Amino acid sequence: MASISIPVEQSGWAGLMKVCRPLMRHGLLLPCLLFMAFIFVWPILSLLAKGVYSPEVRDTLPQTAAAVLAWDGAGDPPDAVYAALVADLRVADRRVVANAGRRLNYEIPSYRSLLIKTASALQNSSTEPPRQQLTTIDAKWQDRTFWTAMRRAAPAVTPYYILKALDLEQKDGGGIGKVKPEEATFVDVLGRSLSISAVVTGICLVLAFPVAFRISAASPRWRGLLLLLVLLPFWTSLLVRTSAWVVLLQDNGIVNSLLLWSGIVDQPVHLIFNRIGVYIAFVHVMLPFMILPIYSVMVGISKDYTRAAYSLGASGPRTFYKVYLPLVWPGLWSGCLLTYVIVVGYYITPLLVGGSQDQMLSYFIAFYTKQTVNWGLASALAILLTTCVLVLVGLYGLLGRKSQIVVKA
Amino acid sequence: MPASSTHKPRPDIWRMLASVVTVLVFLFLLVPIAAVLPLSFSSGSFLSYPMPGLSLRWYEELLTNYKWLLALKNSAVVGVGAAALSTVLGLSAAIAMNGLGPRARSIVNGFLIAPLVMPVIIMAVGLYLFLSDLGLAGTIVGMILAHTVIGTPYVVISATAALQNFDMQLIRAAKSLGASPWMAYRRVMLPAIRPAIVAGSLFAFVASFDEVVIVLFLAGPGQVTLPVRLFEGIRDELTPVVIAAAVVMISISIGLMAIIEILRRKSVARRGMEQG
Repeated sequence: MASISIPVEQSGWAGLMKVCRPLMRHGLLLPCLLFMAFIFVWPILSLLAKGVYSPEVRDTLPQTAAAVLAWDGAGDPPDAVYAALVADLRVADRRVVANAGRRLNYEIPSYRSLLIKTASALQNSSTEPPRQQLTTIDAKWQDRTFWTAMRRAAPAVTPYYILKALDLEQKDGGGIGKVKPEEATFVDVLGRSLSISAVVTGICLVLAFPVAFRISAASPRWRGLLLLLVLLPFWTSLLVRTSAWVVLLQDNGIVNSLLLWSGIVDQPVHLIFNRIGVYIAFVHVMLPFMILPIYSVMVGISKDYTRAAYSLGASGPRTFYKVYLPLVWPGLWSGCLLTYVIVVGYYITPLLVGGSQDQMLSYFIAFYTKQTVNWGLASALAILLTTCVLVLVGLYGLLGRKSQIVVKA
Repeated sequence: MPASSTHKPRPDIWRMLASVVTVLVFLFLLVPIAAVLPLSFSSGSFLSYPMPGLSLRWYEELLTNYKWLLALKNSAVVGVGAAALSTVLGLSAAIAMNGLGPRARSIVNGFLIAPLVMPVIIMAVGLYLFLSDLGLAGTIVGMILAHTVIGTPYVVISATAALQNFDMQLIRAAKSLGASPWMAYRRVMLPAIRPAIVAGSLFAFVASFDEVVIVLFLAGPGQVTLPVRLFEGIRDELTPVVIAAAVVMISISIGLMAIIEILRRKSVARRGMEQG
């Protein structure tokens, strides 16, 4: 920015100011960027890192990790591996042994207790060779699968959680395969999240299109009022709207009382705590997000275009497909992607109005964070969800660039 | 077929269909909320019609129960704290961004509004682990920091929009008349974009006031906010007192949003005046 005040410009102080000015300008930007880096980017990155970085075994049992990785994984593990484990467990702190045990437990469910038992038994000194010592404490140490599991868990960077989040695992003999059918959960959950979002987006699109059209075609006075009617629920807290649906849809709720009273049904219909409830509540929450972007595009389209098409002899449907739809397209894109991205990461609505079969990725991220404290798996699922969102936002950036969406009345 | 609406001679079934769908969608959007809220005035404790009688007992319970009062206080403190911090950070960033080239500006802008598209659950879990390490989980300070992340984008969006319509020549004019840069910003720029700033910070407040997922992770029993109390009410036992709380929340949110809307129109009108 060129300064105009001439006399001050000459002094050395002004020269300093001139140098500092861009710095000051960016200096104003700095607090915000730093804040976002520390409180937004860093926590998310360190969460996502936990999905691939799991150094518990390497840190707790460093010699064992090195020895077991030096072994080729074929046949029986060499004596050096046994010796390393005995040496590690003799010096390791109990609490961190339990930590490593938890990681190993994901590989073989009884590993944690085996490790803790072995650690305490090793407190009594013995002159036997390490292999005898360990196999005397527990015969499981003769079983090579425990050692191959150790070998998988030893590196600090592990594909375990990501694979698990995709219902895959590293097989004993090397290579990657599907987990047992009864353990497979997450592909189903991912599919469910994607399909619930698709259905909600579809329903919202079908309902929002005529509404947005009707509002944009109304006289300016009506337009304001109709937009207010869209904004009112938009401004109403999500929790308030969800509680309204629970009151309305529960078995002894208002809707069921009406249905019973009118004789349409003999016994209450289950409308909530299942997929129906999830769809109803989601569509209610998301409709304004779909209506507003479509409306904001529609309201800017001059009627002259469609009139011109008619005057040139185009039929109604032809005008719609060839003229109107391409013009509205950016609004449809924005609305659909916005809706899809928001729904796919939603936590509260399915939690409150869905059943156990309707929970999406977010639920499991929360579950593994708080309930089972399996942060690695929570993080791997978070990576899955973030990937979905980034892909969609990328699409949005590529395809929706032309449209300037204004989510405002 | 919407397009044929301009085709006057033919009676238009598509247009009528659009009207019918519009009416039904509005009923769907508004009736559920409208049907449930009056139940907070019931004298009975069941959430169904007909109500046995009218009373304010649930509001009385709301205002005398310390759990609800604590939640209201926490919501207010966190909301005001987050809105204030968001305003300072967002406004200074918006002013700085105004001086950047278009490319740098769009990158910075994209970065600053990223929290709006990030799934809240990922922010919540990330912040939960991060703030636990810092010893800030279960504290009001931690919640204010977390809610500032979701409030700042609104201030940035609002202030950037206003600044794009602000004539930077006015700052130069002020400086040429002898104002220091600080004086020029404070006396010339800030008054011009004040409605947008206030709207942005109210938006940040509402964003915090309605936020539930992050608080579910960060709050201990002493930091529970209104939405989380509502969440617990819905999950555990749904009584008219929960609906009364909902009415209070709706009133606050809609009141604030109405103010934002008025401010927005004001700043649009001002813009129009400047341009005309």
